[in-house]
Amino acid sequence: MSADTDAGPMIEIADLWKSFGAVEVLKGVSLRVGRGGVIAIIGPSGSGKSTLLRCVNLLEEPDRGQIRVGGREMKFGERRRSRTSDRELAAFRAATGMVFQHFNLFPHMTALENVTAGPVIVKRMARRAAEAEGRELLAKVGLADKAEAYPTHLSGGQRQRVAIARALAMGPAVMLLDEVTSALDPELVGEVLSVIEKLAEEGMTMVIVTHEIGFAHEVADAVAFMSDGVIVEIGPPAAVLERPDNPRTRNFLARFHRSRASPV
Amino acid sequence: MSAPSYAWDFSFLWGYRWLILFGLGITIAYTIGTILLGLVIGLATGLLRLSRSKLLTTPLVAYVEIFRCTPLLVQIIWFYYALPVVLGIDIPAHVAAVLVLSLYTGAFYAEIVRGGVNSIERGQWDAARAIGMRRGQVMRHVILPQAVKRMIPPFMNQSIIQLKNTSLVSTIAVADLLYEGTMITAATYRPLEVYTMVAVIYFVVLFPLTLMAQGVEHRLARAD
Repeated sequence: MSADTDAGPMIEIADLWKSFGAVEVLKGVSLRVGRGGVIAIIGPSGSGKSTLLRCVNLLEEPDRGQIRVGGREMKFGERRRSRTSDRELAAFRAATGMVFQHFNLFPHMTALENVTAGPVIVKRMARRAAEAEGRELLAKVGLADKAEAYPTHLSGGQRQRVAIARALAMGPAVMLLDEVTSALDPELVGEVLSVIEKLAEEGMTMVIVTHEIGFAHEVADAVAFMSDGVIVEIGPPAAVLERPDNPRTRNFLARFHRSRASPV
Repeated sequence: MSAPSYAWDFSFLWGYRWLILFGLGITIAYTIGTILLGLVIGLATGLLRLSRSKLLTTPLVAYVEIFRCTPLLVQIIWFYYALPVVLGIDIPAHVAAVLVLSLYTGAFYAEIVRGGVNSIERGQWDAARAIGMRRGQVMRHVILPQAVKRMIPPFMNQSIIQLKNTSLVSTIAVADLLYEGTMITAATYRPLEVYTMVAVIYFVVLFPLTLMAQGVEHRLARAD
């Protein structure tokens, strides 16, 4: 990954299509994220946000289109190859960090083992070196003292921070965050968001699917509004979130503010 | 109507103690042997059934369903009497017995393996693949360590049933506990005592194992 010194975008998605059976979920999505850029994707559920992220690191294989992450490029749909090889997919994913809504920590491993699993198993790094790096990463997300804890003994916020450290351990070129605070109790959201903020400050390129509009406003360079499988509107947070051009964006944000304003 | 009176007398059985012990030994040997063979068959079948290749999974599905959906007694008789005719070779009773018992329990183990693997949340696959693990690595390092824990209770239950299943091989004259019981009955004309004793021996062996299985199940449940 050291050779990608080109000044082009870190992530470039061109005309991406994906359907599950008869349901078209992505209908020609294009997106560019510059090096160190942070893009927040908002939109109603079912609009294809999560599928887009899952396609970017190839957890779902797109039907058509093109994805470039760092120096690696994948094209889909033109050559009628039946399937990209497991090895190719794995190498691509290793360079693309992904964090999930439900953490998906490995329950049979300690926090440290979760973080070192990638380097040890995938990169074949020596265990001791991996553990030293793993402890540093856990310290970075504020969990130096939880290295030996199993996920069941961690709070949601702690689990999600371990999951972030686990993704970082692979030294990814970009990070994809899929509603990473949606499953958290409100009081635990802040600790996860501050870790993400720190990553943004350090220049990590990120695509963040989120419902935290305020956070998107604060941390993102650009906000994209997705609806019905396409990016309807994209631009600086102030523009998209405060003065949206598109009626669908306005509609979504209005409903959003109302639901947020009503006391629970 | 009063019940027919019958003078129970178990004392004669002492004279057959070695025969009975020998039968029990055969029963236990068949149980352990076919559990081990079945485990190999079941693990391989269960894991290969997860493959995406229809060419591979279709015959395995056929095997599992044929053995699960026909009575074991019929399978034993078929393998002993019909299969030799089909293949044109001689199949000794003990070979037929081991083959059928292993394949039969293997079919159930295969389903336990498949069920255990499928019971692991999709998110575990996602997370492991997201850090670049390949299919085999995900299976070995993430899915199986979790799935095996869930497979242990049904595996123990199926294995306990297997000890009872072995009694069916007596129908093709394999000298297990039940077969020896039948022989003793023929010699003494006292089937009531003989089959009571056979039942008691099966129970004495199986009941502690059942308790042990429950203990393990509870411990696993608590560890979760």
